[in-house]
Amino acid sequence: MPEQLVFATEVFLNGLMAGVLYALVALGFVLIFKASGIFNYAQGVMALFAALTLVGIMEGQVPFAHLINAIFGTEIHHFGWHVPGLVAIILTMVIMVALAWIVNTLIFRHLVNQEPIILFMATIGLAYFLEGFGDIMWGSDIKKLDVGLPQGINLWIDETTFNIFDYGFFIDNLDIVATVVAALLVVALVIFAQYTKQGRAMRAVADDHQAALSVGISLNFIWVMVWSVAGFVALVAGIMWGTKSGVQFSLSLIALKALPVLMLGGFTSIPGAIVGGLVIGVGEKLFEFAIGPLVGGATENWFAYVLALIFLVFRPQGLFGEKIIERV
Amino acid sequence: MFYREAGDFKTSYSDDSQTFPIKFDRYRYYVVLLVAFAVVPFIINDYWVNAVFLPFLIYAIAAIGLNILVGYCGQVSLGTGGFMAVGAYACYKLMTSFPEISIIIHVILAGGITAGVGVLFGLPSLRIKGFYLAVATLAAQFFLVWLFNRVPWFYNYSASGQISAPERTVLGVPVTGAETQPWAGYLICLVFVFACAIIARNLTRGMAGRKWMAIRDMDIAAEIIGVNPLKAKLSAFAVSSFFIGISGALFFAVYLGAVEVGEVFGITKSFLVLFMVIIGGLGSIFGSFAGAAFLVLLPVLLKNVLVGAMGWPTDLAAHLEFMIVGALIILFLIAEPHGLAQLWRVAKEKLRLWPFPH
Repeated sequence: MPEQLVFATEVFLNGLMAGVLYALVALGFVLIFKASGIFNYAQGVMALFAALTLVGIMEGQVPFAHLINAIFGTEIHHFGWHVPGLVAIILTMVIMVALAWIVNTLIFRHLVNQEPIILFMATIGLAYFLEGFGDIMWGSDIKKLDVGLPQGINLWIDETTFNIFDYGFFIDNLDIVATVVAALLVVALVIFAQYTKQGRAMRAVADDHQAALSVGISLNFIWVMVWSVAGFVALVAGIMWGTKSGVQFSLSLIALKALPVLMLGGFTSIPGAIVGGLVIGVGEKLFEFAIGPLVGGATENWFAYVLALIFLVFRPQGLFGEKIIERV
Repeated sequence: MFYREAGDFKTSYSDDSQTFPIKFDRYRYYVVLLVAFAVVPFIINDYWVNAVFLPFLIYAIAAIGLNILVGYCGQVSLGTGGFMAVGAYACYKLMTSFPEISIIIHVILAGGITAGVGVLFGLPSLRIKGFYLAVATLAAQFFLVWLFNRVPWFYNYSASGQISAPERTVLGVPVTGAETQPWAGYLICLVFVFACAIIARNLTRGMAGRKWMAIRDMDIAAEIIGVNPLKAKLSAFAVSSFFIGISGALFFAVYLGAVEVGEVFGITKSFLVLFMVIIGGLGSIFGSFAGAAFLVLLPVLLKNVLVGAMGWPTDLAAHLEFMIVGALIILFLIAEPHGLAQLWRVAKEKLRLWPFPH
């Protein structure tokens, strides 16, 4: 194989891995959108909040330590214990469920029947609030997250490809784990939505609130459940991204990475989120590889958006979205 | 008591259709203008201009621009920061390429260039709607910021990648650069705000504004009664971007003086202006001013109270500000979707009857 092609293949594979992580975030969006018609801009911040909470619990940090110190003049930082990863994950999940309940009760119950764009803006407000809240609760310094996931170059792939192409591919173990986790998560979500009672109720609510209400489905319960599931997806995404690049503010920007994925794949389709994520992950890496050096690099910032924008002009509902039918 | 139309007889059509038909309202407006033009410039100092007045005036222009697009035409845009950057860089290129021409013309031309870019990025609005469009405008945000960061021509190949405003004068008084007096910068912005507000007010209550509102309320129905959606949407994008471009140019030339695009015109700026529009009131020129004032004053106030008076660390105050802004957005969307402007309208209605209850 010619050298350029080998490089391109490596870039392609890394793009696929990045795409899986995008898809993971996009999944959270699709779930909430399907079940409640809310386009949850706060998904990325939820991932950040989940990761912050997880680190905070593991390290035994005192919540609101800065605030307490500032008000009472004390000097507290840590409880002095360390919680094992699995327990911390479960505790974080409990907090995410509580958050889901609070968000639903305090905000979105009051905004039922509003226009989608109002709901969208409310989630932007929620994102701002959570961002400030997370920082006040756990501090805004960059934290390391380590729940025992494997990291670093995968030597087996490196050696195998070296024997074949005389060039070892660099593929991170963490990316492989993330791919497996994302695949499992998708399968679990599909099974949940298709075969369980609650999942069916969720789809019913998505189809028609009033009809669902009339056959005895509790809207409140379903909404809290959906936000909890989205919180769970956010937690998984937060663990993956947090392990990869540290828990910091930029983690919340993955929401911005997931938006074009959604536009490409369609807001209402779980397979769309996966395919869109892969297309954008591969597309932006290959574009940066082929065109990036010619125009000054860092094209990853906008390539996904411009691709999605051009795509939407020709197919407004995205790849797998439901056809938009307008009635007067 | 106040805001009474009784006894205020109109004898001509132009009287009847003036911007402030109620006498009390009109006089209040004249007093505000008088104070803004003739009193404030003499009493302000550097701190007040840089912390409060300049950001307020410049954001007010941006908020008016975005309000035309979001509040009047119903097309949500998250690309405001990018369009402000277009205005800033267009102004910079014009200022450095044609130093002999007045800066006022440069700022207006910068607005015109931004209008062209806005129309270009507004084209998809004909096919996609609602938050699909909101997300699509993010393409403008990211692409434009990247463009100004990466193409050296835009920042005249300067080593730092920044642009900084050369000194320019209006009527012999420096308004940009280090020599600027506080009142000069204030007055030049005030003139632009005044002109923009009058133009926006008259556009929105005329034919163009009614077409925009028809498109906002229901675009299919508007099309059926003969509103051309292509013209209406693109003209809204053009006018909105024009104002945003002017505000971007002023923000760079008069307020900051030197700009690093990713820092100043990032996505947070887009959200900030959108929040001003939401808190101030969608579809209201007054609301744009109220929202801008609110979100400019809030951080100043919080900083003075928390950091200055209570001695908290600044990062804590910044986080608290995030929480408060976020909570306020949600609160306004739930309790008063029409924002501060609606509160003002209700207050006026109450004042009209005061002191009688009915």
